[in-house]
This record gives sequence, C-alpha cells and structure tokens, in this order.
Amino acid sequence: MSVNRDQRVDLEVVANLIPPQSRVLDVGSGDGSLLELLQDTKQVDGRGLELSQRGVNECVARGLSVIQGDADKDLEFYPDKGFDFVVLSQTLQATRNPKLVLDELLRIGNRAIVSFPNFGHWRVRLSLFIQGRMPVTKDLPYSWYDTPNIHFCTIRDFVNLCDELGATVEKATALDAAGQKIGLSMPWWFWNFFGQQAVFLLKR
Amino acid sequence: MAVLRARKTNNEVDQPSSPVLRFGSDKPLKLDAGTLLSPFQIAYQTYGTLNDARSNAILVCHALTGDQHVASTNPVTGKPGWWEVLIGPGKIIDTNRFFVICSNVIGGCLGSTGPASTNPATDKPYGLDLPIITIRDMVRAQQMLIDHFGIEKLFCVLGGSMGGMQVLEWASSYPERVFSALPIATGARHSSQNIAFHEVGRQAVMADPDWHGGKYFEHGKRPEKGLAVARMAAHITYLSEAALHRKFGRNLQDREALTFGFDADFQIESYLRHQGMTFVDRFDANSYLYMTRSMDYFDLAADHGGRLADAFAGTKTRFCLVSFTSDWLFPTEESRSIVHALNAAGASVSFVEIETDRGHDAFLLDEPELFAAINGFIGSAARARGLSA
Repeated sequence: MSVNRDQRVDLEVVANLIPPQSRVLDVGSGDGSLLELLQDTKQVDGRGLELSQRGVNECVARGLSVIQGDADKDLEFYPDKGFDFVVLSQTLQATRNPKLVLDELLRIGNRAIVSFPNFGHWRVRLSLFIQGRMPVTKDLPYSWYDTPNIHFCTIRDFVNLCDELGATVEKATALDAAGQKIGLSMPWWFWNFFGQQAVFLLKR
Repeated sequence: MAVLRARKTNNEVDQPSSPVLRFGSDKPLKLDAGTLLSPFQIAYQTYGTLNDARSNAILVCHALTGDQHVASTNPVTGKPGWWEVLIGPGKIIDTNRFFVICSNVIGGCLGSTGPASTNPATDKPYGLDLPIITIRDMVRAQQMLIDHFGIEKLFCVLGGSMGGMQVLEWASSYPERVFSALPIATGARHSSQNIAFHEVGRQAVMADPDWHGGKYFEHGKRPEKGLAVARMAAHITYLSEAALHRKFGRNLQDREALTFGFDADFQIESYLRHQGMTFVDRFDANSYLYMTRSMDYFDLAADHGGRLADAFAGTKTRFCLVSFTSDWLFPTEESRSIVHALNAAGASVSFVEIETDRGHDAFLLDEPELFAAINGFIGSAARARGLSA
C-alpha cells in the first residue's frame, strides 16, 4: 500500500469510468477495495495484482481473484489487450519504472485508468517553498527516507509522459482534498495547483 | 512377520475395503507408455451427496503416498483420513454441501491397479511388468470414474504435491470438465533436484536384497529396509531446516550423553527411523517406484511444445494456486511460473504464498491462512457456479 487507505477518494471516480461486465485488471489492488466495489456494483470480471503478500491473502480469502506480483516485473506476462480496463490506482509513484509500467498498461488494456497523488498541489509546493522540506501530509504520510513513493509527478508531468507514449487522454479528473471533483473546464495549471489527486482515462 | 504384513497390504490391493470400480476388456486404460491396461480397477471413497444437477462434485487428488481415504479412517493404519482437517461435515470443504470424491491413483497400492495387484495373465503380482504410469494416465483413469458418476463438470479439482500435478493435468487435458482448480505446493514439472531425490529413494529400494528384482512377494519378502531408507530421505525434503531445528535441534534421544556409536543418539535420527518403519507397514515398495517415476516424468510444458501457457490456452477454469515459503521441494517460483503461464493464457487466477516454516508438508497441516484462502476461493467459485450455501 502506497498511500493512506482512508484517503482513497479516487476509488469511486475510477469505478464510475468502468461500464458493467468489463474485464478489469487492478494493478496494485491493495486490500481489494476497488475490485470488491467493481464486483458488487458492476459485476465485472476482475483480477488483481498486488505486491504485498498480506494484501493478496486477504483478497483471496474474500473470494477475489488476486495474485502476488510486482507491477515492475510481472505485467509482461499478460497478453496484449487481455482486458477492457487496466487500473493503476495510487501506485504509479511507487513503481521503479513508471514509464515502462504505463506502457505495459496501455498494451494490456484497451483502456488504462491511472490515478496518482499530484505533487504539484499547492500544499506540496508550499511545504517546499516555505519550510524547504519534503511534504508529509495526510495524503502522503511518509517521510522522505521511508516512503515507497519513489517517483512522484505532477499532473503536468503525467500529461507529458502520456504524450511521449502516444496515449490519448480520453478523460481526466482532478480531486481536491475532500475528494470533490474540481471544475471540468479549468485549465491544466489550475488542476495542477489545486488538484490533490488526479484520475486519467487513457487509450492508445 | 514380514510375510504377514505383506499379505495384509495385499488384501487392500485386490479387494479393497473401499468401493471399487472395475473396468473389463471393453474399457481398457490407454497408457502414455503406449500400451493398454486391461482389466483394471479404481478404488475410491466418496463423502456427501451428489446434487440433482450433478454440479457439486469435488475431486481430491492425493499425493505420492496418499490414498482414497481422505476424510475417513484409513483401513491400513487405523488413523484419521489424511485431509480430515480440511474435509468433512461443517469443515472448510463441507461434505454436507459438496460431493467429495477421492480415488487411489493407478499405480498405487490401496485398491487401484498397481504393481502389487494380481496380473490376470500370470495370477501373480504385476511387479515391474506393469507399464510405467504417468500423471496423465492417473487422470485419464479418474476421468473414467467421473464418467461413471455421470458428472459432466467437476465443481473443483484440488490436491497438493503430486495431487497438484494431477489438478494441473486435469485443467489442461479436460478444461471443459473443471470449473475450478486448486493446485497446492506443486509444479508444472519435476525439477532436476526432485528427480535426484527420487532416484536416491528408488536406488535404496532396489539395493535391498529382499527386493528380488521387484518379485519380492513371490519370495515371501518385502524390501523393508530399502523402502524405509527411501522414506527417511524423502521425509527430510517434506520438512524445512527451520522446522527440524525447532522440533529436534540437537536434542538427544532418551539419553544424557553421546554413546560414541551408531545408535540413534539424536532425536531426529529416532524420528526418521520411526517414519521409515511405519511407512513400510502401509506402502508397497514397487508402488513407491512407480509413483516417484510418474512425478519425474511430469512436464506439462513439454507436452505443449515447451510453452506452458499453451497447456491452458482458452481455459475458462478458475484457478487458485498456493505455495509455502519454506517449501524447498516445490518452491514458490514453481507456482509463480504456472501463474505467469495462466496470466498469459488470460485465465482467472489467484495465487497465495503462505508464510510458514513447516515446509512442503504444510499443505497437510492445520494452516489457518491456507484454509482462509481455500475457503475464499471455494466460496466465490460456488457463487459463480450457482451453488447455494
């Protein structure tokens, strides 16, 4: 688990992007919250890949189809376009090679849904600017030396990476601290400043 | 004494106390060795009731020295069934809900045709005249048993170790007949190290002068010493260094000091000798040769052009694999490579690695996390199959 679970306001936003009966792979499925939500409300054919063995065992005990594995290493075993949606929620920043992982998501899924904490959020900027220290917030509770989040990015950084990989942004949403969507018509710089989290729907 | 014990095992061999299904010359068993086995018989046990839709059947596949008595008293040892911790009324695999079938594998010695069975052509035990039996042969025979019950699709096939190999073979050979598959502590092939251990065991049996080229029954003997040594060596591989040290350490057996001799000074020696001795009371030496060989020959990828994923192409079966951290006979990597193949085949798969120091044998023991995983997997599969709770 790479971010505070209570703060997973992005789950519902992600779930709303997925139509019923889809084939879904949740990469970094954690305790299985999203898979369970999708199975209960959308009757999806859901699979999970999770790094922590404890998370996996809990998921399987709850009847979810989850395997232990590493997003950096184990995505290569999945066939091209094997899923309608591949979800990477709050995990991209914890991968060793985010570019490769995103590339794999776009290969395996007809669509990829990626959510991540926005390092361009004003609180983060303020912490660096005023205190000159790496931010520790409710959303990002780790100190710099013990964080699993080794590849933070801002919303703008992510949009650039999508361009580089030839991915089309079909939908994007920024969420504020309360998990509320930030006005749809706002420009990127606004989202990048006020969005605490971002959810992207991608296709290639 | 040896002769008496030999006769006792023999009674379970041709006329087992469990139900037995006999196939005449009209229904031979096609063997991978290229010959037909006929007549032949399958001894089995069932627990629970098959529902009207015949959709609640679970096939349990036993391991190397297991048998059909999975959830009821073993007629040879008088001990509880080998998986009674898991299977029975109100247990994780609830026989009030499911119809559980377990059969002795072909090549075994508890009632299914094996090397100790009487060869109708000679009226003597087959001995080494029985063709080599493969995992696929065992599964082919089980399939004929399932046909006999009129079951088109098994709700679940599960088993550990050699039983897990049978599960994988079932899912690969008869995917349309397996709704869910639960291979535990197993591999899609036997590793070089595992073949090596088996070869040590076989050589121990064959080096015993009482083996008589496999014709020991005709000499009124059994290669007990050789088989006991084989079992002792194998038993070490079922445990782990940590568990052995935890249980026995360097503790001495009923003595205060070393005896400066070759008695069983250490508890671990005494324990292994006991394991070897009790094993020869219940198991046929030739059957041990055949069982170990079947595992050595197993290589599911090789049967599919070297690509394991092709063994599961297009499968609709739901899989759950389980491995144990301290299992060095079938390490987690073996299960993981099956998981990767299933991923590549687009299969529905769960995979749980359980932290324990109890080694390979952990699958037979009371392991709460194992039970939780099986419970979750069986439960969700039952919902998908439309089986009421």
